[in-house]
Amino acid sequence: MSLPPLTTLPNPIRPAFTKGLTPGSVIVNIGPSHPATHGTIQIVAEISGERVVRTDVHCGYLHRGFEKECESHTWHTLIPYVDRLNYCSALINDFAYCEAVEKLMGIELTPRCRHLRTLLAEYSRIADHLTCVAAALMEMGAMTAFLYLVTIRDYVYEHIADLTGARVTHSYGRIGGLARDLPDGWLQRLEEILDQMDTFVDRVHGLVDRNRIFIDRMRDVGVIATAEAINWGFTGPILRSTGTPRDLRKDTPYLSYGELEFEIPVGIKGDNYDRYYVRMREIDESKHMIRQLIDMLQPGPISVDDRRCTLPEKQAVYTEIEALIYHFKLIMDGIQVPAGETYSAHEGANGELGFYLVSVGGGVPWKVHCRSPSFVHMGGVHRMLDGYQLADLVPTFGSVNMIGGECDR
Amino acid sequence: MTAPDFAISLVYIAYALAVLLTFGAILTWVERKQAAIMSDRIGANRAYVRIPFTQVKLIWLGLFHGMADGLKLLLKEDFKPLAYDKLAYALGPWLAIVPVLLVFAVVPFGGTLDPGRLFPSLAEWFGGRTYPMQIAPIDAGILIVFAFSGITIIGAMLAGWSSANKFSLLGALRAGSQLISYELVMGLTVLGIVLIFGTVNLGTIVERQSGTVLGFLPAWGIVYQPFAAVLFLIAGIAENKRIPFDLPEAESELISGYFTEYSAMKQGVFMLSEFIEIAVIGALFVTLFFGGYNLPWMNDTGFVFPGGHAVPLSHGWVVVLQLLTFLGKVFLLCSFQILVRWTLPRFRWDQLLRFAWKFLLPLAIANLVVTAVALWAQQA
Repeated sequence: MSLPPLTTLPNPIRPAFTKGLTPGSVIVNIGPSHPATHGTIQIVAEISGERVVRTDVHCGYLHRGFEKECESHTWHTLIPYVDRLNYCSALINDFAYCEAVEKLMGIELTPRCRHLRTLLAEYSRIADHLTCVAAALMEMGAMTAFLYLVTIRDYVYEHIADLTGARVTHSYGRIGGLARDLPDGWLQRLEEILDQMDTFVDRVHGLVDRNRIFIDRMRDVGVIATAEAINWGFTGPILRSTGTPRDLRKDTPYLSYGELEFEIPVGIKGDNYDRYYVRMREIDESKHMIRQLIDMLQPGPISVDDRRCTLPEKQAVYTEIEALIYHFKLIMDGIQVPAGETYSAHEGANGELGFYLVSVGGGVPWKVHCRSPSFVHMGGVHRMLDGYQLADLVPTFGSVNMIGGECDR
Repeated sequence: MTAPDFAISLVYIAYALAVLLTFGAILTWVERKQAAIMSDRIGANRAYVRIPFTQVKLIWLGLFHGMADGLKLLLKEDFKPLAYDKLAYALGPWLAIVPVLLVFAVVPFGGTLDPGRLFPSLAEWFGGRTYPMQIAPIDAGILIVFAFSGITIIGAMLAGWSSANKFSLLGALRAGSQLISYELVMGLTVLGIVLIFGTVNLGTIVERQSGTVLGFLPAWGIVYQPFAAVLFLIAGIAENKRIPFDLPEAESELISGYFTEYSAMKQGVFMLSEFIEIAVIGALFVTLFFGGYNLPWMNDTGFVFPGGHAVPLSHGWVVVLQLLTFLGKVFLLCSFQILVRWTLPRFRWDQLLRFAWKFLLPLAIANLVVTAVALWAQQA
């Protein structure tokens, strides 16, 4: 009968958490390997009974040196890395990065490319929101609702794979355009999936929206006020759930968002239920946008006709020396981006996804900085966890939708 | 106890164990398949048994997944935490599973068996004695049920405490408070039935449910006590620690709750006990509220329908029908519990206790008072 005392071991990473502040409290490490911390993150929590007294969120376990690694790759070859930031909606990352480079080079996209990028970004946003809501529901034990959402997400993934060749990390964006045009029948299948999505999402609405257990778990839990959300730099669904209609798609219209008709769903008081509902409503809005974009899509070139960034036709490469040289230079030296710096932000699925690029000329970036929403959110997430129950930590953290890839870069 | 009594007891025990363990194994498959049907999937269908020296693979709708799981758990390393209380750690799984199995001893799974009539060649040996189909036909039936199911709390608490893990400890605390709260609700809901049938002997309770009310309704407990039936089922699912009441082992919060530090078959025993308990809760519910082994309008000699039309049956058929009826009803109840588990999200700890003490308990007491007053009015 020799059990070690539970609270006296020193905390190697957070000395402030070696001892609890309140008598009788216990420090628990939730993560970095714990079912609730999808991705890898550590939440050091002081709990008194079941109540969370204070938490410290410790990220960095998935750090892979994305920004440094970018500095030794050409502007084009780092697109696969960008995919791996937010792997739930990789296309949004692609397009945000490509647009930042295009801004440096002063490239104007073709209308078809613009519409298609917008369509795919919204499609990815749906996939991301489905993942987030599904994961949050699963963690609360609602397995069937989780499986409904993941089923439809899988249709989306398979469908995007038909276009891009990959289910999750698509590497589909190209500077000045896209990798390839839509395959035959892609848009018909898209409409089919959107209709099926209505069915599946309606089922989830039916299962949980007015479920008393669900409401009790989500309402008034993880509340954050607008002022505090802005102070901590929150963006995206978290900020909108507090009732603030901030959305880059409306505020600084990029791609084709200026031509689209859509609403910004907002919450009432910034609790988990609001975040759940904002995401579900955004799925509806994205569907609405996609349906508009399907009508707007006109045949035309997919990439700009600009030899600085677009690879020449393969046929021309084999037959014309000029095309061959362009191909060679673009592949070997990379795209020549003029010296300068720029910041360009897109509304990612989780919030403002910005790229700050510095170029000193040449084919390799001098600096690539990613302003990822998840990383900023991790700075203030403890405000949503402290003071609630241990069990609330799980849906709250789920509704923040921390994506390890973009948080730790 | 004479030799024939002993033989019959052994047969009953073998039957009960076979039924429970089979239910435990089959329910893992039922749960998988039912969940798959509910969420538009195919479900587990990969495990197979290959007939030796042939390429014939028996898949049988994935029925062998239960076997594969069992085998996997048996062969896994029995990983133990560095610091733990050896005795309590070893006792935990046993205290979780044995009481659950023992509860079934007092549950009647069939009517009265007359082995002499069933096997005329053995009639002399049995000497015309009849046996109720129940391992232990004792008067304290319901009390035994509660006594044994109370022990499972100790199993969960011991397992959680001895593992020297904070998550296990939290799970054990949750398990303790939850089980005690819901045990109380369960006990109070059953009291209504006890008042109506005037006994705590489960065998007698089932016998009293064999007639009809108002000439056509089967006289099942649920007809007298519909309210108590719902409360009992809720409390039963909570006793079993399954979603929406699975807080002691809430996977996303506490990893596996009180059995986080258990591995291999020790963990398998906890899982198995949970699945067996689904069947036991079902069996108890059937016994108390669904007329046990009784089919509507059926008695020991055959069917007597409300119009007066009678269909006599031989003793053998009656026994078989009663056994199958009981199993069928239990299976339905198990399926219902799985339906609930795959539909609802999980409670939070404080909400769960509030639900028990502020909602279920007052309702159970109200139900008891109304039942008592109604009975008193009837007698007066």
